[in-house]
Parts: sequence; structure tokens; C-alpha cells
Amino acid sequence: MEEKKIYLSINGKEVASAPSQTILEVARENKVFIPTLCDCQNLSPFGACRLCLVEVAGLPKLVPACSTPVAAGMKIRTDSEKIDQYRRLIVELLLSDHEPDCMFCEKAGDCLLQDLAYQYGLKNSRLKGERRAALIDDSNPFIERDNSKCILCGRCVRVCDEVQGVSAIGFIGRGFQTRIGTPFNRKLNCEFCGQCIASCPVGALTSKPARRKGRKWQTRWVKTICPYCGCGCNLTLHIKDNEIVGVHSDSSSPNEGYLCSKGRFGYEFVHHPDRLQFPLIRKGGQLVRAEWYEALRLVATKFQEIKSRHGNNTLAGLSSAKCTNEENYLFQKFVRAVLGTNNVDHCARL
Amino acid sequence: MTNSIAEISQAKAILVIGSNTTEAHPIIALQVKKAVRKNGSKLIVADPRPIALTKIADIWLQLRPGTNIALLNGMMKVIIDEGLADQRFIAERTEGYEEFKKVVDRYDLELVSQITGVPASLIQEAARIYAQAEAASILYAMGVTQHRSGTDQVLAIANLAMLTGNVGKENSGVNPLRGQNNVQGACDMGCLPNVLPGYQSIADPHILSRFEEKWGVSLSNKPGLTVTEIFQGALAGEIKGLYIMGENPMLSDPDIHKVEKALRSLDFLVVQDIFLTETAQMADVVLPAVSFAEKEGTVTNTERRVQKMNKAIQTVGEGMEDWKIICELATLMGYPMRYRCAEEIFQEIADLTPSYGGMTYQRIEQEGGLQWPCPSTQHPGTKYLHHRRFARGLGKFTPVEYSPPAEIADAEYPFTLTTGRKLFHYHTGSMSRRVAPLQEIYPEGYLEISAEDAQAINVASHEEVVVKSRRGEIKVRALISDRMPRGVVFLPFHFHESPANALTNPVIDPVAKIPELKVCAVKIERLATGD
Ligand code: SF4
Ligand code: SF4
Ligand code: SF4
Ligand code: FES
Repeated sequence: MEEKKIYLSINGKEVASAPSQTILEVARENKVFIPTLCDCQNLSPFGACRLCLVEVAGLPKLVPACSTPVAAGMKIRTDSEKIDQYRRLIVELLLSDHEPDCMFCEKAGDCLLQDLAYQYGLKNSRLKGERRAALIDDSNPFIERDNSKCILCGRCVRVCDEVQGVSAIGFIGRGFQTRIGTPFNRKLNCEFCGQCIASCPVGALTSKPARRKGRKWQTRWVKTICPYCGCGCNLTLHIKDNEIVGVHSDSSSPNEGYLCSKGRFGYEFVHHPDRLQFPLIRKGGQLVRAEWYEALRLVATKFQEIKSRHGNNTLAGLSSAKCTNEENYLFQKFVRAVLGTNNVDHCARL
Repeated sequence: MTNSIAEISQAKAILVIGSNTTEAHPIIALQVKKAVRKNGSKLIVADPRPIALTKIADIWLQLRPGTNIALLNGMMKVIIDEGLADQRFIAERTEGYEEFKKVVDRYDLELVSQITGVPASLIQEAARIYAQAEAASILYAMGVTQHRSGTDQVLAIANLAMLTGNVGKENSGVNPLRGQNNVQGACDMGCLPNVLPGYQSIADPHILSRFEEKWGVSLSNKPGLTVTEIFQGALAGEIKGLYIMGENPMLSDPDIHKVEKALRSLDFLVVQDIFLTETAQMADVVLPAVSFAEKEGTVTNTERRVQKMNKAIQTVGEGMEDWKIICELATLMGYPMRYRCAEEIFQEIADLTPSYGGMTYQRIEQEGGLQWPCPSTQHPGTKYLHHRRFARGLGKFTPVEYSPPAEIADAEYPFTLTTGRKLFHYHTGSMSRRVAPLQEIYPEGYLEISAEDAQAINVASHEEVVVKSRRGEIKVRALISDRMPRGVVFLPFHFHESPANALTNPVIDPVAKIPELKVCAVKIERLATGD
């Protein structure tokens, strides 16, 4: 159903929108930038960080753009002296309770809070207050949580609930004591999908296997497809010195940037010392190192021999559901055209 | 899948049968959750065990293992009896309805409830929800196919979809979830004994001659052997040489003692892999391949989307891309294969495979993957299949009858064993078990058993037990799980220390040749205590 268009203005410019949209959505569509922290793709608006406050003519107070629906004829301003001061204050408040250890933080260079501090030129917060001590939870092998860096934007809580459907984490306590954690009376029921890491705008949630292996922006990115299940999730591998050091997934991909624990954390096997490094040939009952030409020649000779002695149909090939289309195509071509038999199958029946 | 992954969340009713989606296809499970939570869709789960999705399901049909057909037939009878069938769809798009109806008619609720153990009222309710939804989608996986009656189960699912007109439309269809990252592609590429790339039959002389012309050789039109038959052939001395690329049947196949014997009977075994797997250890020659991160090429996911993998790092050691190894071998054997890159191979694929005909690397990269069929360069790819017309013209109802699993629990082997995957591991574990954090979180296989059963045989949680079937025995720790119904135990198959497939039954479906990995009978014994 086509929704009827309504008209409103942003910073003096007339724009059209659907009536069900929020101010933030319409602003983004029209390339007007509004800073946000707690807003996150696919998640319900939360209205907690107040960074997205804007002026609406006729309303006494600033309103959060992320959770305010547009109305016909609305006159919106997204930047003014007042808004700017307000946002600056919010960032200062956040910094007042945030250990400024960007030097060591995994997220440095890719952190929304750091960006905001930079933008507003806030070296030290004027507001000196009590700071939460580093509250590190690394009781699992995948995710490290440092609650002293948490800005309580609730993105992790919402993604875990709304997308992953797990609700492993929530807000605990109140006031200054509020933090994110596992509700006390429940055991940790986490699927280690890492959706929460990906949605955290700051360094409060980070991937343990990726620690100190190179910040995201220091790595070379290569887009590829997850090697595990048939969902075909898109991965972007982070490469440093010929090593995979991390993974993320684009929110514009068919899997919307979501992954499971295998896709997000399952890359280490590539560099495992057990990787076969050279061909092996059985000699005297043992598999021993061989040169490529030696191994290939042996295979070719043996296949030829069996073919001429016993016939084509005594040979067979099993191909792989883990190899590429090109490789599977060539494999069956090899079996059919070179070995001369249709005895080719794969293990996907299993 | 006849639909796309993204369509699942738009279905008004979803039937999940024989798929522990959250553990085996986590990202597809997100779509199901979204459907239920955001779009208010109804969810029906048919599974012997409570899986994660049963928690959010409207109806959970906790049926006995191996009784899917009875359940489906029962649901169809309700639909027909209550006048909920889509008569127009049946008349316009299908054939064989009357025949089929006669068989289904025999499955009245009483009987079905007896066979499946599911209360009649639940079956009735599930049937109504599925039939009355504006768009309904069925998701299924190995819990349907890995049975002696697997082909029949798939047919029963197709019958249900056709009966209600829930196929060939956006958001409604029949969606098998493929287990491994490129199973779909391996099939599409003709790694099957009876078809060439694009499922083109080797029995069709026109097709065969086109391939003969392109490949410059004469080809056999005699169908080959399936994987299970290849092992049988090896045992019988009829298969002498075997080339295995990137598979580990020593863990993934049923009755691995028999597989081991088969591999030992060969004159010559070549295994190409990235690790010295259980299967590679038995080879005469082991050829080192490279991992996904070290090569370029395409893979096809379960929604038929062809996507591009890119080379991210330099090769580890002397490993070589699988396709290059094949080229070297072919050339040495007097059939020169000279491709300069994966893309050149892909061009040949597109040329010979109509459903991939319009695809190029450039398009795949620019358009975020392409879903087949994509027959021409102007074609945008196909979001859902069978729109207006089935591949064979009319959809055919095939009546299928329930038959019990080949091996049923009895006095000697009193438990029904079912096998499957766990979220943190993958297939035979050769990759995931070499990832430290995954291994840490789930280090070993467990035999999952209900508290009542554990008590009855006096086994404590985490106690090591011996599980025996008519084919073999393994040692494994027991884990008491509230997810297990009485009389049924579960083993994951990723673990070589406790290989589930030492126990499973290799009896195969006569058509699809898929073994009955999902049901066999076992007994459980405590280890002698005090040593
Ligand atoms: S890893 Fe996934 S399941 Fe665990 S807390 Fe984060 S979002 Fe939730
Ligand atoms: S951990 Fe990160 S995502 Fe979660 S509330 Fe804190 S800052 Fe936000
Ligand atoms: S990330 Fe998980 S769900 Fe996605 S393809 Fe990989 S294994 Fe499958
Ligand atoms: S983005 Fe609007 S309140 Fe946080």
C-alpha cells in the first residue's frame, strides 16, 4: 500500500515524507546529518542518549529525532546554538564517566564517543565526577565487556532481544549503578553470536580473539563468504600481515550484518599449525613428505593404471560441499572427461 | 529453497519440520524469530526435541522420531475434510490429486495421533493454521531427508504445500535448508552421478553431445554410483581407485567401521584437503589444498544465491587451490586443462549451465549475488521458484505412506538414537574444532538423555557411558537434558573421539540414497565403576 506523502521542512528546506517515518529517518533520507548514539539499524528507537535532539517550531522543548514521528507542516531545525550546546553537554556528561584510555582501546578510531569528543574539542570533561571502576567481564572466550566504557545506549540489549531473540543481557541496577549484565537470577544464556559486539558504538564490548591484533581500520578488508553453513553470510575479513585478525559483516549484505559464532569467531583454523603444508605419499605404510610433481605423477599413473587394467568404472570421485562452484565443476569434469566415468557424488546426502 | 531467506519473515505461517534451525542455520532462524516477533506470524514446530524455536512456537508437535509422514498425511486429511484445500490451485496447477486423496484419507486423526504420539487436537490446529494463512512457508532440513523414507517425506511436504496452494508465490513455498556452505553449488555443478551441471540429464543425447563437443571427449551415458554405493562397490572390489576432494566420510558417513573397511579395500585412495582428516590418514596420496581465505571463486547458498569469495591471504605452505590441482592432474593424464583463473572456469560454467547462463563475476559482485535461474545477462535472477508454472509443468501429487524407521528400539536396544549438529561446531569438526574459542565453549560431544531415562539406568550427568548399536560402540559422557523426550537420546556428529556414526544405520532411502542417520536403536551401559 502506498502511503500518502506529507510535507514538512528541515532547516528551512521543504521535504516530503511518509507519515509513519521519524524525524531522523526523514533527515537521513535528505542527507541531513543528526548525530546519534543509541539509534541502531533494525532496532526499535530507544530515545536514551538524547544526542539527536532537534528543535520543532512551536514545541517548548527539544525532541529526540530518533523517536519522534514527523507531522505535516512540521518545521524542524537540526542545528542551532542551543542544540549545539545541548549536545556538547551530553558528550561532556558521557566523558565524565568514561575512562579516557583511547590509547589502549580496541575501538579507537572506530568509536562514536571518540568522534564526538573530537568534534566538540573536549579534551577533558569539565564535569569531574565519580567514575565507574573498570568492570571487566571476560568469563567467556569470545566477548570482553568493560562496563566502565559503557554509555548505556542499550543497543546490545536490544539487538540481543529484538534480533537474536535471546535476551541474554539486560540493564541491571539503577541510577549511577546501572550497568549491562546478565540478570542475576538467570544463568548466562548466550549464543555468542557477537551481534552485541557489532552494535556497540564504543569500546565496551570487544571481540576477545581479535584483541591487540590490529584495530579495524589498521587492517586490510577483504569481502568474502562464510565457509561454514548454507546461509551464505557475507563476511569482511580483517587482514594484517597475511593473517586473519578479525571479521565484520556489512549491514547492507543479505544477512544484514548479522552472523553466528562460527562466522564471527571461527576463522582461526586457517592459521592452525595442523594445516597440511606439503603433499604426502604413503611409503612403507607411513605418509611421508613428497614434492608436488612426485605426488601428482603418482596419482596420474595410478589412475591410468587402474583405468586400463580394470576399466573406467572402477574409479570414482567424491567432491566437496566446501569447495567453490568452479572447483566442483572441474572435479566432475575431471571424473567424467578424464577418468571416463559418472561415478561422481558429493557428501551432501549426509 | 523455493523462496529467498528474506521472504521467510514475511510468511504468515511457518512450519519448521526436521530442522533445528537455530543451531544449524542460525541466520535463517533470525528470520523466523522476526516473523513471529515483528510480523505476528504463526509458528508450528514439528520436532521430537524441544529446540530453541519451540519456545516461541504457537504449536509444538512433539512427534516420535521417524513419524513425519504420518503427521503430514494427518494434517492433510484435516485440511481436506474441513474444506481448507485450495481447490483452484489444485485444479489449475496440479495433477494426481484424486489418487493422492485416497491414500491420505486413511490417515484419520486417531491413527496419526497413535503413530506420532501427538495429541489429535494439536495436529488439527496446526493443519488449520497452515492452511488458512495467506502465505505459508515450510522449512526443513536433515531431520526430514536423513531417513530411509526421506524422499517420501520430501514428497509429503510438497503435497502439503500444493494442497493449500502454498508454493510458487512470494513468501510461501517449500524450503529445504542446505547444511554446508556450498552443497547447493556442488549439486548445481553436476557432482551427482546422473546429471551434468544445471541438473541436465546424462541420459539426454542432445545434452550429452553438447558437453562432448565443448569438452572434446566422448562421455558415458551410464549413470554412476552414489556415495553410499561407491563404498559398497569398494567393499565388493568393484571400485579400485577413489579421489576425495575436501570431504571426511570417516566421520560424516553412517556406520564408519564399514566406511573404514571400504577405504582399506581400495587399491588407491587420494585425498585432497587442508587438514590430515580421519579420511586423509588412510590415503595413499594426500594433496594439500587451501582454505576459503586463500582462494577466489563462487559459492551458492541455500536460497540459490551465487556469491563471490575473494582471496584474502597468501597461501599457507605449499598448498594449492583445488582447481589448480585438478588442472595439473588432468594435464598429466593427457587431457590438458589450462585455465588462468577461476573466472575463466566460471565463464565455461555459464556457457554450459542454462540456470547460470546470465551470470558473470562482474554482475555477481555488483548486484550482491545472483539467484538462479538467471538465464541471460538481462535477467535479474529469481527470488522465488515455480511462479505460475512448475519445472515439469503441472505439480504432481505423489501419494506416500508412512513406514516405520528400519530399526526400532526393542528390548535389547531400548533407546532411539538421533544425531545432528551443535551451534558451535560444524560438520566433522575439521575446521571448527581448530578454533580455540569454539572448542573452549563446546569441547566434546555429549550423549543427551532425559532425566527419567538417566535415572532408570542409573547414570549421572557427565558420567562416561558406553553406547552400543548393532554396528559399533563408542564412549561418551552423558548429559542430562530437559530437551530430550523419554526413550530418545541425541549425539552430535562433529567429534572424532565419540563418533556418532560408529553407531548409525547405513540403510538408505531407495531413491535419494540418503542414509537413515536420524534414527537407530542403541543401548547404554555404564562403565565398570571402581577402576
Ligand atoms: S553474543 Fe549474541 S546472544 Fe550473546 S549477549 Fe551478545 S547478542 Fe546476545
Ligand atoms: S555495552 Fe555498548 S552497546 Fe551495550 S549499552 Fe553499553 S555502550 Fe551500549
Ligand atoms: S555466519 Fe553462521 S549462519 Fe552465517 S553462513 Fe556462517 S555459519 Fe552460517
Ligand atoms: S539517538 Fe535519539 S536518543 Fe539516542
